Amino acid sequence: MARRKRTKKTRVVITGISGRLGQVLTRRLHRMDNMEVIGIDRRRFPQRPKDVEHLRIDIRRKACEDLFRRRRVDVIFHLGLMHDPRRGSDEHHSWNILGTQRIFDYAQRHGVPKVVLLSSADVYGPQDDNPAFLSESAPLLGALGFPQIRDLISVDMLAQSYFWRAPEIETVVLRPVHILGQVDNALSNYLRLKRPPVLFGFDPMMQVIHEEDVITAVMAAAKPGIRGIFNVAGPYGLPLRQLVELAGAEALELPHPVAPILVRQAHLLRLVDAPAAELEYLRYAVTVDDRRARELLRFTPQYSVSQAVDAALGRVVTDPAGQAAVQSPG
Amino acid sequence: MTQRGDSLEARIGRTARAARKTAGQLVAAAESRKPQRLVSRLWEEFTEASSEVSALLKDPNSWRIAESEIERRSQHLLANKNLGEHGIDPFGFSPEYVRKVLPFVEFMHRVWFRVENHGLDNVPAQGRCLLVANHSGQLPFDGMMIGSSLLLDRDPPRMIRSMVEKFAIRTPLFGTFCMRCGQVTGLPDNCRRLLEAEESVMVFPEGARGISKPIQRRYQMTAFGHGFMRLALETGTPIVPIAVVGAEEQIINVGNAETLAKFLNAPTIPLPPLALLLGPLAMVPAPVKYRIYFGEPMSFEGDPNDDDAVIAKLVAEVKGAIQDLMDRGLRERAGIFI
Repeated sequence: MARRKRTKKTRVVITGISGRLGQVLTRRLHRMDNMEVIGIDRRRFPQRPKDVEHLRIDIRRKACEDLFRRRRVDVIFHLGLMHDPRRGSDEHHSWNILGTQRIFDYAQRHGVPKVVLLSSADVYGPQDDNPAFLSESAPLLGALGFPQIRDLISVDMLAQSYFWRAPEIETVVLRPVHILGQVDNALSNYLRLKRPPVLFGFDPMMQVIHEEDVITAVMAAAKPGIRGIFNVAGPYGLPLRQLVELAGAEALELPHPVAPILVRQAHLLRLVDAPAAELEYLRYAVTVDDRRARELLRFTPQYSVSQAVDAALGRVVTDPAGQAAVQSPG
Repeated sequence: MTQRGDSLEARIGRTARAARKTAGQLVAAAESRKPQRLVSRLWEEFTEASSEVSALLKDPNSWRIAESEIERRSQHLLANKNLGEHGIDPFGFSPEYVRKVLPFVEFMHRVWFRVENHGLDNVPAQGRCLLVANHSGQLPFDGMMIGSSLLLDRDPPRMIRSMVEKFAIRTPLFGTFCMRCGQVTGLPDNCRRLLEAEESVMVFPEGARGISKPIQRRYQMTAFGHGFMRLALETGTPIVPIAVVGAEEQIINVGNAETLAKFLNAPTIPLPPLALLLGPLAMVPAPVKYRIYFGEPMSFEGDPNDDDAVIAKLVAEVKGAIQDLMDRGLRERAGIFI
């Protein structure tokens, strides 16, 4: 951003802007010139920069379409997916699938040239016969034994259908590996536990990525000409137990056939947040091949695995630019 | 056999002839095997082997590798370019872990199985190669001993990456052990990537069929899969045929509980008769002597997507080469334990 030019502004819409990733993306876009950010989220966004517009509406409502009808939008970042195993599944399903469908319909009707969807590498699912490098064309078997993730797979597939339904839109589907940071997701919460459970005798390879790196990839995906599906991964994989060690926690060894039963009961009693099916992620690896993202998005992760773990735990981290930043949890 | 319209006498006559013939064969077989002599000979061999093992145990310095030598050999493992910041490659291989388990592997290699290998230099020092061997012995010590031969006896050493059944991944502890020692799930994609990274990949084309053979079918190779040949053609990889002689007798198995295995989702469940006497200890391998023969590399050219019939011919060539090596091994060996 060397020189400021009086050109027309790029107008971006971020769904789910109040979520952690939405906030990081907003902050990053806000630093750039000629950027107009509009956020859509029903939740509050307390630390919102002043010139960021925030619409507290439901994507599925007509009011949302009015936004696209009245103003030309250049990019939609669709981060507003709900993945909360404790919510009712009807609301989940409708929100995720109907919401995504609406976003693409608005884009198609009102000529938005680019839609970036943040999916997840979880869609591949942990299987005993997963290759060490899952490519973007691998089958999405994530719902096998974990029905709660079905929405996410449907959303991913729905977005893919727009590759041919609306070829004029540059649709990008990003499938990042486990995101670590101040996000409220399964692995970050897992690493925050005092005694994270592991399955006795199992130590799958894990890939993690720092939240800032994911946002870098999301922004790279917005470049004109980029379309398609991209796996996004951090610098390298490492075994689960080493990850737990990096978090400074002591693993709680559970024997495999008993653990799912215990966790299922504890989940029903609301003692444990994670559903038992998530234990499969502690048993088999889901590791992806991110060659496409490295080559086409020119994406290279900047944060190391230990920095990503530190970010999840809210420890002091130095960002790669060299500025020390204190991240307080919450 | 029975034809309509045959008289009763004719049928009885036929049955009697068949029974006489079978009885005659049984007697002949019993005579040729001479069970008493076989048992006493095996006992002699076994005592000789156990005294050999105990002598080696008393004098570990005669077979233990020096620390400096381990260090030198480890450097070759660390030359793997794919290791991340924590010393682990994307498949889960950890040179550090291999070093930790090396004393056990070395013990099995030098003392327990007293491995004798021939033609180690047929394995290229670098560059992609596929090591194809017969599979036997109920537990995959054959793979371990081929790996240890190349790591401990070859100079410069070579690390092998072997393809394992996904059942191994499902098994606690064992799966992790396999992964850390550089093995990968037996999928074409994994194999292709390793070959493209110029690694040496070990495959047992017989798979679970081969390793679970009962003792009466020892040294009769079962059908080979075709996947390895298609990958060799696709990636232009030379194939090194390998025969392992000795492993067949390490655990005596008379059959497999196939229904139970299917129920438990296991590839097979062996039925070792010694389990009646020893319980689970029957699955501890006997101190048989391993002889491993590495054949000359074979190169193939052709269309990797050709008809099965065409690929089968090339596979048969490799199988033939392994058979030759195996025949040589069986000819050369003095006994099972020595």
